[in-house]
Amino acid sequence: MSKKNRSYIYLLVGLVAVVGLSFPLEASVNSYDMRIIINIGISMILAASLNLINGFTGQFSLGHAGFMAIGAYTASALTTLVFGSAEGVTQELLFLVVLLAGGITAAIAGLLIGIPSLRLKGDYLAIVTLGFGEIIRVILQNIEPLGGSLGISGIPRYTTFIWTFGILAVLIFISENLMRSTYGRGFLATRDDEIAAESVGVNTTKYKVIAFVIGAFFAGVAGGLYGHYNSLIRPLDFGFLKSVEIVVMVILGGMGSTWGVLLAAALLTYLPEALRKIDLFGVSLSDFRMTIYSLALILLMIFRPQGLLGNFNPKEFAGRFKKNGQSKKSKPAVS
Amino acid sequence: MSLLHINNLTMRFGGLTAVDAVTETIEPLSLAGLIGPNGAGKTTVFNMITGVYQPTEGEILFDALSIVGSNPHEIANQGIARTFQNIRLFPSLSVFDNVRVGFNNASKTGLFGSILQPGRYWTEEKEIADKIDHLLGMFGLLDNRQELAKNLSYGDQRRVEIVRAMATDPKLLLLDEPAAGMNPTEKVELMNLIRYLRDEFKIAILLIEHDMKVVMGICEKIAVLDHGAKIASGTPEEVKNNPEVIKAYLGESG
Ligand SMILES: Nc1ncnc2c1ncn2[C@@H]1O[C@H](COP(=O)(O)OP(=O)(O)O)[C@@H](O)[C@H]1O
Ligand SMILES: [Mg+2]
Repeated sequence: MSKKNRSYIYLLVGLVAVVGLSFPLEASVNSYDMRIIINIGISMILAASLNLINGFTGQFSLGHAGFMAIGAYTASALTTLVFGSAEGVTQELLFLVVLLAGGITAAIAGLLIGIPSLRLKGDYLAIVTLGFGEIIRVILQNIEPLGGSLGISGIPRYTTFIWTFGILAVLIFISENLMRSTYGRGFLATRDDEIAAESVGVNTTKYKVIAFVIGAFFAGVAGGLYGHYNSLIRPLDFGFLKSVEIVVMVILGGMGSTWGVLLAAALLTYLPEALRKIDLFGVSLSDFRMTIYSLALILLMIFRPQGLLGNFNPKEFAGRFKKNGQSKKSKPAVS
Repeated sequence: MSLLHINNLTMRFGGLTAVDAVTETIEPLSLAGLIGPNGAGKTTVFNMITGVYQPTEGEILFDALSIVGSNPHEIANQGIARTFQNIRLFPSLSVFDNVRVGFNNASKTGLFGSILQPGRYWTEEKEIADKIDHLLGMFGLLDNRQELAKNLSYGDQRRVEIVRAMATDPKLLLLDEPAAGMNPTEKVELMNLIRYLRDEFKIAILLIEHDMKVVMGICEKIAVLDHGAKIASGTPEEVKNNPEVIKAYLGESG
């Protein structure tokens, strides 16, 4: 397998696996478990897209649920108010169109928020994005054609296993390719040291805006998937706690580690479901979800501050099992 | 025509005048030094030239164009590269990737090229990788190319910083205390490397350095700062025997 098309082969394998898995899953998994699986996929898209912003470029964004809301509302409103429900190929095509529309609207919002706020350093962005998320929620609550605080209901259920995980596969392809390329190195350099990155000609503001816009796009797409699975979206679904939940996934997984972040997204989405079954003195443990998140974060900070898979380097890991071949130090050409 | 011309350059931090009306010129292909006691304002001069600080007053002309008000990355892309007194590598990137970032601006691969990685992306990557290996080899760092920058020795980190700066293909290289923390052998190697860089890449180099052997050994022209003001400039011989300079340095130790 040549290096050049390796990423395409992985993507192809991923997509084939998604399609291949979908049939046995649809046939054997009950709808309750399927809901968990789809929710895990949507969480993974949200976490991996925030990872582009928080993990790769080191910009602390607390408004990811806001972008998800914009995508969810754009896509769902288009389907319910403009297109109406459809079937067969028309349905799949329309779904693609509304998902893209949701993603693009969220990306434009990301651009509008990102250009002014990403020039500022550190905490400002956290505050601006936090405010943005809340403003979006309040605006949605007050738009009557979009249902106000009751939201949009009766959204046809177009989201499937294939759509969710197919989009996730594309996002992973984009993240991983970006990471190994000019842009990815620019993101990481910006994260590591902005002054040094600028000193070698990297326009750090541009890189931050690009990461932010791509992240917002996929959050918007995830919102569209969410709306078309739940049939109902309300402004409340996209509150501050949702943003925090996504941030926790990124931190828990290890900032900048795509696979770690996906793992954390799966664990944290499954956790409440598992806890729901545990009953303690008549109280379901899932009511303590936020407490458990906080506890998990504290434990992580103490025992593994780099995140579950942060700093995990497959090559280095494999190298540990090889013979200790000490390489000779080469002499400088000029001395 | 001079490569860099700074005129009446002044930087005030609140009540403190860190750099006080400094005027100086750097010629193409020259090897110049900027010396002075600690806190004299040397690093601040570098920070103004590279756009990290906006001067309170004065002009900076590079290739006869004013660069005051430009962003650091714009100045870098016009041909001024630098290293930092407190090493600023990208700690989580490999040595190779640290240097690769220096080629980002020259790379023709855009966002979609980075994602889709068509054939010409790989062709370009190969060309850049060859250039990086050439530079790393020159500095004896080829064996460290996949190591994380933060795991290198202090001297190696300083050298990687110079390689990263050279990756931007500068016309002027600013080195802030490049010999700090190096042993005598490394210092001699460094002096040879600096001369070699100037001759091989046809660039001008301005360096801040405390080690007088290094400064006097390689610089053709030296400017001396004390309390932000330029108190002397000239050949190493002239500077060494200047009573003002001797007083400034004695004042520091006394
Ligand atoms: N960002 C800053 N804010 C306030 N004071 C500064 C800043 N940068 C430098 N200074 C002050 O300016 C003076 C010159 O510092 P610097 O240029 O680093 O000196 P040198 O490099 O010659 O040792 C020092 O007194 C230093 O404390
Ligand atoms: Mg200094």
